[in-house]
Amino acid sequence: MTTRTFCNKISRSKPGPGDGGNTGSWRVLRPVINLEACIPAKRNKKACFHCWLYCPDSVVSKTIPPVINYEYCKGCGICAEECPADAISMVDESTHPVEEK
Amino acid sequence: MHIIESGNVAAATGVKLSRAQVIAAYPITPQTPLTEKLSEFVESGALKAEYIPVESEHSAMAVCIAASTAGTRAFTATSANGLLYMVEQLHWAVGARLPIVMCVANRGIGAPWTVWNDQQDTISQRDAGWIQIYANDHQQIIDSVIKAFRLAQTVSIPVMVCYDGYLLSHTYMPFDVPDQSKVDSFLPAFTPTHFLDPENPGNFNTVTLPDIRPDVDGEMAPGYIEIRHNLHQDLRAALDTYAEIDKAFEKEFGRGGNPLVEKYRCDDADFVAVCIGSLSYHLRDVIDIMRENDVKIGVMGVQMYRPFPDKAIIDALNGKKCAIVFEKALSYGNQGALYADIKAALYTSEKKPRIHNYILGLGGREIKTQQLLDALTASCTSPNTFEDTPSWIGLKL
Repeated sequence: MTTRTFCNKISRSKPGPGDGGNTGSWRVLRPVINLEACIPAKRNKKACFHCWLYCPDSVVSKTIPPVINYEYCKGCGICAEECPADAISMVDESTHPVEEK
Repeated sequence: MHIIESGNVAAATGVKLSRAQVIAAYPITPQTPLTEKLSEFVESGALKAEYIPVESEHSAMAVCIAASTAGTRAFTATSANGLLYMVEQLHWAVGARLPIVMCVANRGIGAPWTVWNDQQDTISQRDAGWIQIYANDHQQIIDSVIKAFRLAQTVSIPVMVCYDGYLLSHTYMPFDVPDQSKVDSFLPAFTPTHFLDPENPGNFNTVTLPDIRPDVDGEMAPGYIEIRHNLHQDLRAALDTYAEIDKAFEKEFGRGGNPLVEKYRCDDADFVAVCIGSLSYHLRDVIDIMRENDVKIGVMGVQMYRPFPDKAIIDALNGKKCAIVFEKALSYGNQGALYADIKAALYTSEKKPRIHNYILGLGGREIKTQQLLDALTASCTSPNTFEDTPSWIGLKL
């Protein structure tokens, strides 16, 4: 009988940062968190985390304060839209020149 | 147990014996009695399956894709324009490596509108990546459906079981219905290689980038081209796998032995007629007549068209004087698709036969024994005078 293992290459992935590729290079607007307004940062409590929950690329950490991974953040702005404290602003990427590696 | 029934009922009975779990189909002539029979089986409880009525063939295949992704044994059936309406989903099903089985009762494609038999519908889908098996009679229909489920789940590639509309779908013939217990041991419960699992959540077939890249766990994930290469390699390997499955089937049920091509009086033949489907059995009558007149001729039915059984075809035709390819389909603007494929396969063989191409029976035009006899006689009498272009049989211009 054939010993071949069939179907050993499929498109299957887990949701997570980088799942959509190097999406950070798509970014035009950069989300910047104002820690003075950010609820978990301000209260030093594990609370809110709407940005972590809604990020479609899973690039916001569930930490105090939340940290955005700009390597994969594509700048969609959903976090800024969802933030109940209006703590996230979308800043033109041209004011934050991309650091060459 | 032998019963006398239609080809569509043979197919439906094969699906019931294979214990399909999800069936979604939209009725289209000449496939309709197959789906009606399956809905009867489900309604009466004879088949424990979810029968999902849909509003189109595109949705039928979409339902099968979802059901198969969830890890169930899924089945649908269609014909002609219905098959073409699901084309986008056909490609999805095969790219997603889902072991769906589909019967196609072959019918000509409109326009102009036709409900009668030819094979343009499935032949035009030869490049999708689906495995295509063709049955020549009712026994082969029911047997092929059962074998198709096992093949599909072994190689994770969807399989079409095709049979000629009306000529097989609506005619009645005796055939053996295998015992359920034997089918159960031949076709064990479906254990998918990959499926939607709440315990292990993941995405299937989201945007896949041109290049390979590490996934979130750091494992290297294939790019699109690697996934498609793997499909192609698996399809080529499926030729041997199907031969093995056929052998196991033969051992259990006593029928089979011709998984890729089915030869009749070919061994000592100088001339071999080649075709797909029930026409190969019609041609046996013609071959018998010609044999009585000492023409050394045989006929070969191509049972699996994709993946293309090039080695089996070369073995059968190498050293013959002439292969005569009859087709109820055409790659418009070129030649018969089977003819072109066989010609390409023979390119590297040492003793290439001459090869002729006849197009016939499109849109259900009756194929008369005398016409086949005349065509084969012309090919055998002067094999060297034919041009590399199709001749049409029975045209009334």
